[in-house]
Parts: sequence; structure tokens; C-alpha cells
Amino acid sequence: MKILATVKRVPDPETSIKVKPDGSGIVTDNVKWVINPFDEIAIEEALRIKEKVAGSEVVLVSIGGNAAPNDVKEQLRTGLAMGADGAILVVTDAALEPLVVARALAKLVETEKPDLVVMGKQAIDDDSNAAGQMLAELLGWPQATFASKVELSGDQKSATVIREVDGGLETLRFPLPGIVTADLRLNEPRYASLPGIMKARKKELKEIPIGDLEKAGLDVSGRTQLVKMEPPPKRQAGKLVESVDQLVELLHTEAKVI
Amino acid sequence: MGDVLVFAEHQHGKFPKTTLVAFAAGKDAATKYGGACHAVVLGTGTDALANEAAAYGMQTVFQVENPKLEHYLADAYTAALAELVKAKGIETVIATATAMGKDLTPRLAARLNAPLGADISEINADGTVMRAMYAGNVFATLKLAGTTRVISVRATAFEAATKDGAGKIEKVSVTLAEGALTMQFVGLEEMKSDRPVLTEARIVVSGGRGLKNGENFKTVLEPLVDELGAAMGASRAAVDAGFVPNDLQVGQTGKVVAPELYIAVGLSGAIQHLAGMKDSKVIVAINKDAEAPIFQVADYGLVADLFKAVPEMKEAVHKLKS
Ligand SMILES: Cc1cc2nc3c(=O)[nH]c(=O)nc-3n(C[C@H](O)[C@H](O)[C@H](O)COP(=O)(O)OP(=O)(O)OC[C@H]3O[C@@H](n4cnc5c(N)ncnc54)[C@H](O)[C@@H]3O)c2cc1C
Ligand SMILES: Nc1ncnc2c1ncn2[C@@H]1O[C@H](COP(=O)(O)O)[C@@H](O)[C@H]1O
Repeated sequence: MKILATVKRVPDPETSIKVKPDGSGIVTDNVKWVINPFDEIAIEEALRIKEKVAGSEVVLVSIGGNAAPNDVKEQLRTGLAMGADGAILVVTDAALEPLVVARALAKLVETEKPDLVVMGKQAIDDDSNAAGQMLAELLGWPQATFASKVELSGDQKSATVIREVDGGLETLRFPLPGIVTADLRLNEPRYASLPGIMKARKKELKEIPIGDLEKAGLDVSGRTQLVKMEPPPKRQAGKLVESVDQLVELLHTEAKVI
Repeated sequence: MGDVLVFAEHQHGKFPKTTLVAFAAGKDAATKYGGACHAVVLGTGTDALANEAAAYGMQTVFQVENPKLEHYLADAYTAALAELVKAKGIETVIATATAMGKDLTPRLAARLNAPLGADISEINADGTVMRAMYAGNVFATLKLAGTTRVISVRATAFEAATKDGAGKIEKVSVTLAEGALTMQFVGLEEMKSDRPVLTEARIVVSGGRGLKNGENFKTVLEPLVDELGAAMGASRAAVDAGFVPNDLQVGQTGKVVAPELYIAVGLSGAIQHLAGMKDSKVIVAINKDAEAPIFQVADYGLVADLFKAVPEMKEAVHKLKS
């Protein structure tokens, strides 16, 4: 099996995010960058499949920058240290919308010919929750989003996936190749071990200028355009109450909600 | 011109409140874009649903019946919708950002090579939309290029539509190419509950890791939930620890709710949790740590041990009602 796992570089979820005064983006000074948490789960799932299916290969793929302050190589090295076999970085400094990301990934799929692409269900920066579904459509492949369990058939020709949906858990089955997007409870990602970090230095991290993909027909023009960013309206902190009785009283007489 | 098509998601022969929100958002979009608002009902045995959608003021309800559409599947639903959009000259497709809406709309947008407005909270006449990013830390205004667009709307951002019209119903058949559809529905394990649905309830009581275990959700939290006739929610930590099922998670990556009253019990109020409940009308926090971030958004905060405060609150509410 060949598995691609997608990696996006995002601000650490613990970082407090501030909008630039001119509304063109977020303040990136002092931001710690990490692998998108859902992508860590995707990498872990790919590695678990590799451990089960002899002769499998896991390749990380990312679209992003290769120099500070947006050097995705850091995150790819971490993924390689977790155990992935190789990585491909499509180099661009542009912030691309999910549709363009999906188009670029589709180009990589053409050349890499994976049996499975595992992605995060959403990037915690743009919170779009879209690239996986878009990639599935562009390739004409089946998709299983919000996966909490992935099982391959014995011959690795099909996958059965449990998905977290609104009313509970849905089970889907489809022939491979296909796209799976990871939800939070799919697995608990491993940490990179010290030997893993040493080994990662020797693994291949291939950089492809996005222009090369454009020459091969990639359309990088987006369909959406950021007009501005602003901080959300601030919610007024209320008051502390002394007792349960006072709380219930206020909810009844002042807030009138019970 | 500028016609809008609302994807009318249904479950068990009914429209959940989230679909009524889509009807409302569709009408809002149609007014702003200067077109008519239609809806589409996909599935089998959908006559009653089609009639009901018409009563919500959808000008035409396209009823697409096909055995391949009996269960929601992203590939078949995308194919059916794309065909309808083209046949009827639809410019804007609107769905609610439910699990189904989030699964479907990006795929449809890619199929139509249309811009996607994902989980948006405002639709503007100038072709821009507003959406939250970075777990609600940023509000972004996006311009959607061209005339065909796909939008999923945040369920809390629009009021549910009311029945105010009588549209017509048009049966439409679609060609679903055999070889192209490979996804297969195997089953749905539903979380059954007698309580109100989380995304529809007037009151939500959510528990966090402070509850310590699933048993305490039952013996400590649930009596208060039921006394208030509320829905129950939870933090990710509580779900991850297996205290409650996943469909109760509120937050950036769970459900977004905005009830009249949200009571957060033994949960710290991480930004990812706030992203899913910050728009509630009245927020109450019960936490033993006065520094917990949840107090920064709470209208009423009680610094207390929940194991004492929650049973007391249940009694006080009971007394108030009698
Ligand atoms: C990518 C990503 C996505 C996420 N998505 C979500 C999401 O959708 N929803 C979500 O909720 N979280 C989400 N999280 C997790 C989030 O960051 C927090 O870790 C989580 O919300 C914490 O849950 P908690 O408040 O229950 O637990 P804790 O943060 O551990 O808080 C427990 C609280 O209980 C209080 N407490 C303990 N005992 C008592 C007592 N006896 N009486 C009163 N109070 C008590 C403590 O003071 C503490 O404040 C996400 C995280 C990441 C990285
Ligand atoms: N620039 C990127 N490079 C690689 N993968 C990406 C990129 N952007 C998004 N993805 C993948 O797509 C998923 C969904 O992203 P989004 O649609 O932006 O929420 C993420 O979890 C990633 O796995």
C-alpha cells in the first residue's frame, strides 16, 4: 500500500491569535507553529496501516513555504521522525484556499499513485473543513470524512470507515483508492522518538516549486478572496454570584431564562 | 436571476431545525441576490417532506427520488445536485453546516468549480460572506468570485424559517452514472436520547472533565439537565475520556450551539470550546477555579465545587417550578 498523509503548518492551538491592525492577516510574531492537530492524527493512522500491511509506504505531502517564517520543512521533519518514509513539499508562499490545495494535491496523486490519502478533517487556522472532500471530487474518488475508525479489507482493496456524524456513528464502505479525513478520536498520535529524529535526517524531503505543477496544468487561481479579517465582537464578562440560590433567582428574575 | 437552491437535509422523514435554518438563510440570500428561493429534497418516499418544504415558502421544491439516494452518500448526492444546479440555472446552493452539509458542500463546490463559503454567519448583497476562523478568534470577510457559489451556513447564525408560503413541487429525475458511484452506506448507529436535540434546545447544560467520570454525568449532571428540560453537551476532554458519546461535543470541532441558556459545569472554557457556545444568549459557569477562562464569557459565574452546587441547583430549580 502507498499512503499519502497531508500536512499543514498552523499556529499551535494554545497560541492566542491576534488580527493585524490592517486586517490583512494574523500577527505571526511569537507564534509557535505545529502540524495541524488533525494531520498528526492522519499521519498516525497512515503509520498504523503501514505497520499492519507489509511493504507499505507513507509519504507526507504539504503545500507551503520552505523558508522562515513559513518553513513547513520543520513540520515535515517531525512527521518523518514519527515514522513516515518520505515527504514532498510543493513550495509556495501564497496562502491557498482549500480548492487550490486540493488541485495541487490531485497533481501529486497523479504522479505518486497512492492507494489511500489520509488528511485532517479541518485545518485549525482556516477551519474550512473542505480540502479532503474537494480532493475526492477532483479525483472522482470516494471519501470518508470525520473518521473515527478505519479498517482495510484483507486484500487491501476496500476500506470500511466509521464516521462521527450528527446523530451518532455512520459506517461506510468503498473500494480503494479513496480519501479519509481524520476526526479527533481516530487515534492518539505518537511522539517522535530520538532514534526517529535521527533517522528522519536521512529521509528524502523533496521540494517541488509550485511553478512546476503549473506547467503541468495546475490552476492556482482561487475562487474566493479575503477582503478583511477582524477580531470577533467581545463578550462582556458578567458577574460572580455568591450562592446557588442567588444564581437561580437571577436566572429567573433578571435573565428570565428559567 | 440569482436563484438560490436550498439543500433540505432530512432525518426520519422530518426536517431538523438546522434545515429550517437553511430555508431562512436561503430566503435571505435570495432577497440579497435578487432571485427566487427553491429547495431540493433528495431521497425516497419524500412526498410529505416536499410538501412541507413548499410550506416554508420555497418557490419550487425539486423532488428527486432515486433508490441510489435513499441514504446520504457524498458521491451520489453531489452528482444529483450538480445536475440539478445546471439544469435549473441555479446560482447559489445553500446548506447548513451540519455533519452532512460539511461533507457535501465542498465536494459540490469542487464539482462546479465554484467558490465555497464554509460555515458562514453572514451573507451580503455584494457577494461577500462572513465566517469565523482560528476557533472563532478571527472573523473573516470573503468575496466569492463569479455567479455560481456554494455556501454552508452556521446553524446558530440564522433564525429558523417559519411556514409562510405555498410553493410548487416539481419532480425531477437525475442520471446517476453507475460506475462513478462507489460509496456504500453500511449502517448508522444512532445515539438515542429522550432529551431535546443539542442543536435545537432552549437550554443546554454541558459537563467537562471536572465531572471526573461517566457515572457522575448520570448521577450528578443529568438530574439538573432533566429538571431544566435541557439538552446535554460536553467538552472534548469529557468525550475523549469516554464519559459521554461523541455527538455531545460542543466546540470548534464539535457542534455549534447558541441556546437561550448555556450552563457550563466543570469545564475550563478553552478557546476551542468557546468557539461552539460563545453566541449563547445567557452563559452560566460553575467551576471551582475562579481563574478558569469560562468566567470571562459567563454572564453569571459561580465559583464552587460542582458536586455540591449542581444537586443544590437542581433542588432550587425544582422549588422554583412548584
Ligand atoms: C484541534 C483541537 C480541537 C479541539 N476541539 C474542541 C472542541 O470542539 N470542544 C472542546 O470542548 N474542546 C476542544 N478541544 C480541547 C480544548 O482545547 C480543551 O482541552 C478542552 O475543552 C478541555 O475540556 P475541559 O474543560 O472539560 O477540561 P479541563 O480543561 O481539564 O477543565 C476541567 C475544569 O473542571 C474544573 N473542575 C474540576 N473539578 C471540579 C469540581 N469538583 N467542581 C467544579 N469545577 C471543577 C477545573 O477547575 C477545570 O476548569 C480541542 C483541542 C484541539 C487541539
Ligand atoms: N497547504 C496544505 N498542505 C497540505 N495539506 C493541506 C493544506 N491545506 C489543507 N490541507 C489538508 O486538508 C485538510 C483540511 O483543510 P481545510 O479544508 O483547510 O480545513 C487539513 O487537515 C490538511 O490535511
